[in-house]
Amino acid sequence: MTAPILSLQSVSKTFFLAGREVRAVDDVSIDVAEGECLAIVGESGSGKSTLANMILGVYPPTAGTIAYRGTPLPARRELKHRRLIQFVQQNPLSALNPQRSVGVSLRLALDVHGIGKKSERRAEVGRLLEEVGLPASFMTRAPAALSGGQRQRVAIARALACRSEIVVLDEPTSALDVLVQARVLRLLQELRKARGLTYVFITHDLSVVRNIAERVAVFEKGRLVETGATGTIFSTPERPYTRRLIGAVPVVTDAEMALREQLTEEFTGERNESA
Amino acid sequence: MRRALFILLRNPLSLIGIILVAVVVLSALSADFLTPFPADRGAAVHFELANQPPDWPHIFGTDLVGRDLFSRIIFAYRISLFLGVVVLAIAVPVGVTIGLVAGYFGGWIEFLLMRITDVFLSIPPLVLAMSIMGVLAPTLTNGMLAVTAMWWPWYTRLVYNLARSEKEEGYVLAAEIIGASKPHILFREILPNCVPAILTKMTLDMGFVILIVSSLSFLGLGVQPPTPDLGSMVAEGAGYMPDSWWLTVFPGLAILFAVFGFNLLGDALRELLGVEQ
Repeated sequence: MTAPILSLQSVSKTFFLAGREVRAVDDVSIDVAEGECLAIVGESGSGKSTLANMILGVYPPTAGTIAYRGTPLPARRELKHRRLIQFVQQNPLSALNPQRSVGVSLRLALDVHGIGKKSERRAEVGRLLEEVGLPASFMTRAPAALSGGQRQRVAIARALACRSEIVVLDEPTSALDVLVQARVLRLLQELRKARGLTYVFITHDLSVVRNIAERVAVFEKGRLVETGATGTIFSTPERPYTRRLIGAVPVVTDAEMALREQLTEEFTGERNESA
Repeated sequence: MRRALFILLRNPLSLIGIILVAVVVLSALSADFLTPFPADRGAAVHFELANQPPDWPHIFGTDLVGRDLFSRIIFAYRISLFLGVVVLAIAVPVGVTIGLVAGYFGGWIEFLLMRITDVFLSIPPLVLAMSIMGVLAPTLTNGMLAVTAMWWPWYTRLVYNLARSEKEEGYVLAAEIIGASKPHILFREILPNCVPAILTKMTLDMGFVILIVSSLSFLGLGVQPPTPDLGSMVAEGAGYMPDSWWLTVFPGLAILFAVFGFNLLGDALRELLGVEQ
């Protein structure tokens, strides 16, 4: 059997805050298979984002190893490691540098990793934009001239620009309004299929999980308390904590579904942005 | 561009600032053609014309050795502006780089750099410049050196605070995860977001540099005769008040004119570029 594309072995992270030890992630082991979408769910402060940052190499784990296809990744990542694992963050408003055009932001990944010939990178930026459903002409635009959903598409294009294999998505849709949310999720699904990507999808929105993830990992206070196929977790949650999480999802009845068309027309407000 | 023009012209104070600065800069640049007695900028002596009140052709009067005061003031603008540009051209890159490094890297680097900056900031600027000038010979070069030494810490502090908040923005994290180099993150990602604030401060500081150089010259530590300087002119004439009032009043007004202009323009830029105070 081939090694999983991403493998976490007893990974822990301890922070020291005001003299107190805080175990943000506590002895987590989990494998991610190539091409799958693993959802990581849990409440705010359950260690989801800390785990994401360690996978991305923002900081190394205090203990344990993170391996790519069986090879442990070093604490200080080299460029070749950075290329493999990319990131789409929650807030599309701050994800792009307001002083640089969309094209310049996208080109950075190509320049840093030396992808393609210099003369062809401009065309590549255009192709990337088209791949995420935006016109290539957007490359000259400032981020301020784009809507939240469009910016998130650019951020997705940036994560794919260096031909990454694993994408960590930290609540990529929670700052978008519902209609845009659905479109961005659909785009992410299409890209995964077309490029054979592996997703680590962090969210606390279980309705999103149901739409996109094959497998779910439930976090509680830094510990991995339950993993399983999405369907199994939703139908027969083992842990009371998981049951509470699922129970917290507002249930939509048939009567409410019938009203949906009218509701979505009015609902344009942004969702809360808390992590 | 049209929006920028609209904002600048909507506010009468901005308009006055632009006009004042334009007059100062253009007259300094074209001093050779504009002034009636360009030879009076140097060590010329016309004792037969000494100490005359304003009259035609000496519209601002003449100084103690008979040189045309108007011509000397215009040439003094040239020196002041040149000094201001040189001081800022050195102080801004130095201060900005230190501020970016301290703000972005944090930790002991931040501690070290910011304590050094604090030491410079804690000394009253004029005292620092005077002590440097006291040790070194009071030449124009040393004057610029002294003023530059007290100017960079303000840019360090400004950019340090900006960089500290900018580095929390998602685009910095994105650049780090892509694997961009530290110089790229500092100068291509963070710096562009500090430029409006730096530009505004530079404009305001042109006025202050002119003021501080004039103060040093007033104390006999700045620009040395026979090079015309507004501060030394005020000092020279101060002993002849109120009888020869023009010796002091016109150079003094010239300082006010320039400093006021750069301040108004700085405020206008702040509004235009949306810089928070």
